[in-house]
Amino acid sequence: MKTEALKQALASHGFDAAFGGARRDEEKSRAKERVFSFRNVSHNWDPKRQRPELWHLANTKIRPGESMRVFPLSNWTELDVWTYIHLEDIPVVPLYFAADRPVIERGGMLIMVDDARLPIDPGEKPEMMRVRFRTLGCYPLTGAIKSDAATVPEIIEELVETRYSERQGRVIDHDQSGSMEKKKQEGYF
Amino acid sequence: MARLSVVETEPQTAAERVAARIAAEEDRGLLRFLTCGSVDDGKSTLIGRLLYDSSLVYEDQIHTVEHESRRPGAARGGALDLSLLIDGLQAEREQKITIDVAYRYFSTPRRKFVVADTPGHVQYTRNMATGASNCDFAVLLVDARSGVLTQTRRHACILSLLGIKKVALAVNKMDLVDFDPARFEAIADDFANFAAPLGFELITAIPVSALKGDNVISPSAHMHWYHGPTLLGHLETVDIGRTPGEQPFRFPVQWVNRPHLDFRGYAGTVASGIVRRGDEVVISPSGRRAHVARIVTADGDLEAAQEGDAVTLTFAEEVDVSRGDLIALPGSAPSIADQIAAKLIWFDDEPMLPGRAYTLKCGPQTTTATVSNLKHKLNVDNLDHVAGKTLELNEVGSCNISTARALVFDPYAENVDTGSFILIDRFTNATVAAGMIEFGLRRATNIQWQELFIDKAARAGLKEQRPCVLWFTGLSGAGKSTIANTLEKRLHAMGRHTYMLDGDNIRHGLNKDLGFTDADRVENIRRVAEAARLFVDAGLIVMVSFISPFRSERRMARDLFQEGEFIEVYIDTPLEVCEERDPKGLYRKARAGLITNFTGIDSLYEPPENAELKLDTSKTTPETLAEAVLKELRNRHVI
Repeated sequence: MKTEALKQALASHGFDAAFGGARRDEEKSRAKERVFSFRNVSHNWDPKRQRPELWHLANTKIRPGESMRVFPLSNWTELDVWTYIHLEDIPVVPLYFAADRPVIERGGMLIMVDDARLPIDPGEKPEMMRVRFRTLGCYPLTGAIKSDAATVPEIIEELVETRYSERQGRVIDHDQSGSMEKKKQEGYF
Repeated sequence: MARLSVVETEPQTAAERVAARIAAEEDRGLLRFLTCGSVDDGKSTLIGRLLYDSSLVYEDQIHTVEHESRRPGAARGGALDLSLLIDGLQAEREQKITIDVAYRYFSTPRRKFVVADTPGHVQYTRNMATGASNCDFAVLLVDARSGVLTQTRRHACILSLLGIKKVALAVNKMDLVDFDPARFEAIADDFANFAAPLGFELITAIPVSALKGDNVISPSAHMHWYHGPTLLGHLETVDIGRTPGEQPFRFPVQWVNRPHLDFRGYAGTVASGIVRRGDEVVISPSGRRAHVARIVTADGDLEAAQEGDAVTLTFAEEVDVSRGDLIALPGSAPSIADQIAAKLIWFDDEPMLPGRAYTLKCGPQTTTATVSNLKHKLNVDNLDHVAGKTLELNEVGSCNISTARALVFDPYAENVDTGSFILIDRFTNATVAAGMIEFGLRRATNIQWQELFIDKAARAGLKEQRPCVLWFTGLSGAGKSTIANTLEKRLHAMGRHTYMLDGDNIRHGLNKDLGFTDADRVENIRRVAEAARLFVDAGLIVMVSFISPFRSERRMARDLFQEGEFIEVYIDTPLEVCEERDPKGLYRKARAGLITNFTGIDSLYEPPENAELKLDTSKTTPETLAEAVLKELRNRHVI
């Protein structure tokens, strides 16, 4: 859904470039991504024919219909982002902070029961747990983590200690091996 | 900004602990390094091992790798395959090779690291160069069984070209040679001999087994004969020796910020050195001087800005500054030239062709450039200089490059930011080459442009005409000079100020040192185009009568002029007619083989595709054709 809607919006306005917040430390195929990432007229990414990005020189030349995805935070880590949020006092949505929330356990993930749109299978029973979201993707495809971190400094300390990656909560990454790469080729951010 | 102060006592709250952590972070240095070497030497496995043994891999990532390692057909027969942590693309995992650079971020209590894992395959050498361009240090891997290979040498050569001064030679797979010290010493010596001319300041050879973990982060139990550092120990302590602020001040202008009439600032990132409020600066290429009034940032004004700071400068004086200009301090101004000597690494399947126009990007400067001369290619296996006409994919060459607009730069050895460039194909938009500037070729290299007060418009205004150049191109004997002469007589009679540059005449003087090879023809046209530009700048109507057989050179000439100033007149006379006329007897000599490289006979003429005027002399008199040109000049309001 996010892929198609994005492609339609980019095409209808004829944008030359779209900025994204993806980082190389998030996921393996994103580790291969350029800061200025070329997309053909169909918004497809071709990982084998990426423009070499030398020094700080970006080749931004495109022909009509082609576009660029630009990732200025490519070289930031998850910890960098939270440190920056802390230093600059940037407001973030409450789902990032730990609170008691109703969740069900599904496929090894904690899915939050936000409202009636989430169909609950027989045998599943929502229970209250102290959780927060480390990453926010499509609902209901994003899992929460058990956490007591209710402030930005507590989140930073949690990240320093964690033994799990940021994207463990994303179903989209686990559909099949290399699924993010496939989605990116189709035009996903 | 809610920056918290560091407390003296043991931090109690999360906020205090985080503040202490951030303060400590600032003292930890950052090392950017790459791993390179031949395919299958174990680069990705080594990084995987480094991360795994330092407990820097998350458990869910380990689970994924464990799962994939157990797949049917997996390379390690079910044992944990750490390279899968790094090789992120499907094609990489399938073929068990690294195609593209992957970046990983990790830190130890002593240092933060960004590591670029680069491909070993010769076909992906450009990606290795890309990874190296942003690194300070390299880990070059060698398989202990096979020793130093062509690709090892190629990578060492590219590291040196890109200015990396210190490398670790990781002799990997020591477990497969029974941890034999003699084998290790032989490889280290072999590499040291090869690399001697490459100018590395430090080569540290370390025997490792990435697969088993020997000497990666902890000393090996199998190699008591080795007393040097482990790989991680070396990475944590190697001195990169960069001291910011020592280099001359360089500020490439990225953007002119003029939100309203009361503010005009020049935005960019300080490439090197330091500037202070009140400093007098020189703006290149104009040579104008100004004083820094303010150093503006989002968090308020600064007293000084240094390497890496993104700032906006404003000046006390009204000066003309554009994107691409370079701001420096007087006494250490950069070089300015439109002919440079540079090293190129070729990245494209389509070979480099001398004379073809490419887009050159050097910092925020963009211009058109041609390789005027390939001096030699570099054989990366033995560092020999080899003669050549073109550069193929992944080849390295020393070239002379001409640019349409003067380039402001420093030699790459002195400043990476202001001495590096890329070439872009003008049709496919592919990045076709990486370039490192060695020096400027013109004698005018270090001379600032003299600021002029009487300009082209003023000079032309006095003559009541609009200056332009009429560029007559066509075969020898086509009638270029005849028509140009007739036209000049008419213009002169009308009281117009003109000048004629004729191919034969110029070759007796300005260009008498040039022959008729392709390279000399390019230079011939370049000089004439420059001379024409000076006459146009003087306010004259200039006629250039030159065979000028190649499209790219005519385009290069056109690019020197402003829109509408360059009028290409194609004298389209068929070869048979020219040959029959043969006013100078040259066709006869060419056919007899007495002269070579003769246009139309054994050298190519590329007819213009979009000439402003096309004249056929086989049916009409020179007078009528001169009249047609006059009519065109009237239409263009030149006269």
